[in-house]
Amino acid sequence: MALSQPQLATVKRTCWMLSLVVVAIPFLFPFLWMISSGFKGPTEIFGEPTLIPRTWRWQNFVEVFDYQPFARQYFNSIYIACAVTVLTLLLSSLAGYALARMRFAGAALLMVFLMSALMVPEEVTIVPNFFLMKWLGVMDTHVPLILLPVFGPHGVMATFLMRQYFVALPKELEDAGKMDGLSRVGIWWKIALPMSRPALAAVAIITFLFSWNLFLEPLVFLSSLENFTLPLALSNFTDPYGAPLWHLQLAATSLAVVPILIVYLIAQRQIIESFAMSGVKG
Amino acid sequence: MASLNETGTTVRAPRAPWLTLKRRETIEGWLFVSPTLIGFLIFFLGPLIAVVFYSLSEWNLLSQDTTFVGLANYEDALTQNPDFWQVIRNSVIFAAGLVPMNMALALALAMALARPFRGVVFFRTIFFAPVVTSAVAWAIVWKFLLQGDAGAVNQMLATVGIDGPNWLREPNWAMAAVIVTRVLKMVGLNMILYIAALQSIPRDYEEAARLEGASEWQIFRMVIWPLLAPTTLIIMVITTIGSFKVFDHIYLMTGGGPENGTLVLAFYIYQQAFEFFEIGYASALAMIMFVIVLALTVVQLILRQKGST
Repeated sequence: MALSQPQLATVKRTCWMLSLVVVAIPFLFPFLWMISSGFKGPTEIFGEPTLIPRTWRWQNFVEVFDYQPFARQYFNSIYIACAVTVLTLLLSSLAGYALARMRFAGAALLMVFLMSALMVPEEVTIVPNFFLMKWLGVMDTHVPLILLPVFGPHGVMATFLMRQYFVALPKELEDAGKMDGLSRVGIWWKIALPMSRPALAAVAIITFLFSWNLFLEPLVFLSSLENFTLPLALSNFTDPYGAPLWHLQLAATSLAVVPILIVYLIAQRQIIESFAMSGVKG
Repeated sequence: MASLNETGTTVRAPRAPWLTLKRRETIEGWLFVSPTLIGFLIFFLGPLIAVVFYSLSEWNLLSQDTTFVGLANYEDALTQNPDFWQVIRNSVIFAAGLVPMNMALALALAMALARPFRGVVFFRTIFFAPVVTSAVAWAIVWKFLLQGDAGAVNQMLATVGIDGPNWLREPNWAMAAVIVTRVLKMVGLNMILYIAALQSIPRDYEEAARLEGASEWQIFRMVIWPLLAPTTLIIMVITTIGSFKVFDHIYLMTGGGPENGTLVLAFYIYQQAFEFFEIGYASALAMIMFVIVLALTVVQLILRQKGST
């Protein structure tokens, strides 16, 4: 039976959509399975796999907080990510502004110098940083987790992102500010910053997530449970023999991931664009 | 005395003769970058230089003594320690598996999702979701899904009559599993970079080729692919370097096992430094990693230069 042109188009379209759906399964399924397993009991979790739990064990979400100071760890992650984000925004926009707008001796060399950091993995400098932090007496505190992202390759990337944005901004308003007798700092704070909201938002988004998801640094620098950040806490739901307590681990992981996913779903356009900006420039 | 400011108008110099506008700008410029620069020197460049010295010494953690041992740590890695070459092999296999798979999938998804259609945002959102999810969460969930008999993946395979392997406990399967799950985690990032590049290609090019009677494949091969070359190169650099940095994903999914089958360089550095306290040796490994990443970047930049001339 021959199909007419529009029918053929419909068949093609349907096949196309179906194949996209199939490809999407391994991306979507882990999230669904994580949430559903977070509601299962320790025995059901190993039984017949069902997406909808037979008995909803809300108890898991209480036990998560009894097992380790999870609320505290959650708070640690939030406040560290906020501190890193605010500091990165301030310092990267300050330096990025100077690199974009001010013609000062050594600026070009400084750019190349900073840029070289983008190629160096954190693993390369983690050992000396460990001894540096030990010497500073800040082991098992959150100081390294705030300082290293702000001043490491991520901070440099943020500086470049800001610089690229400032370079493309029209200069007229800033010149007007200069006429009005504003200082350099005044021009940066009152004129340049308000005009660069999109870039600031992009830096804020990727920096917050960068800090939120950091694992190697917390693993190296933190040792007490109440100082842990979320990624470290999540990996720590184990029985005394080191085997994972899956029902608690997955409940905790859901608690950590779902809020971020909700924000992502609401602001997905903005978030995806931020990553696109940093990817192209970084 | 007069000097030029940046708008080109002549202005009077301030009273102090040495404080020309140019000098003033230099001082202000350095003041603006100083917080970033000072932190960068202390927490990045300093440690980077220190790691060179560490790699040339032997550390005794009990007496806190260090002795200069020259290149002994490098020699140890390159000629003595059989683990080292296995680790390099693992890292190369990981990168060689991850980079092409990631890029091919990213390009395919981007080609599918670059033009608007009903549901395009839905699919983009799903493919990008793992990128904003923490690597730890992603690794934990996949470890759970890929357990031996009890894992959801094997249970599902069983319903269609396939007896799945114990993914994370058999060396070859474990490597394949960490590669594929890592691709799923990160492919969304490359996908959006490709989408941005595709959307910047004027549609006329494609239309013109179509009018000439080119097939879809020819349009891709002759028009789109060459125009994507700069993007492809950047993505290749980012993805390759990224693949050498992967630590948390493997640490949580396989712990480097089984039989060191997934022990990659970033993990090996961590293990030697913070589990065995072989500081000198770990620093030599860090230098080797630095050189590898640097070499990869330089090679790819040279390719880019060649491509553009």
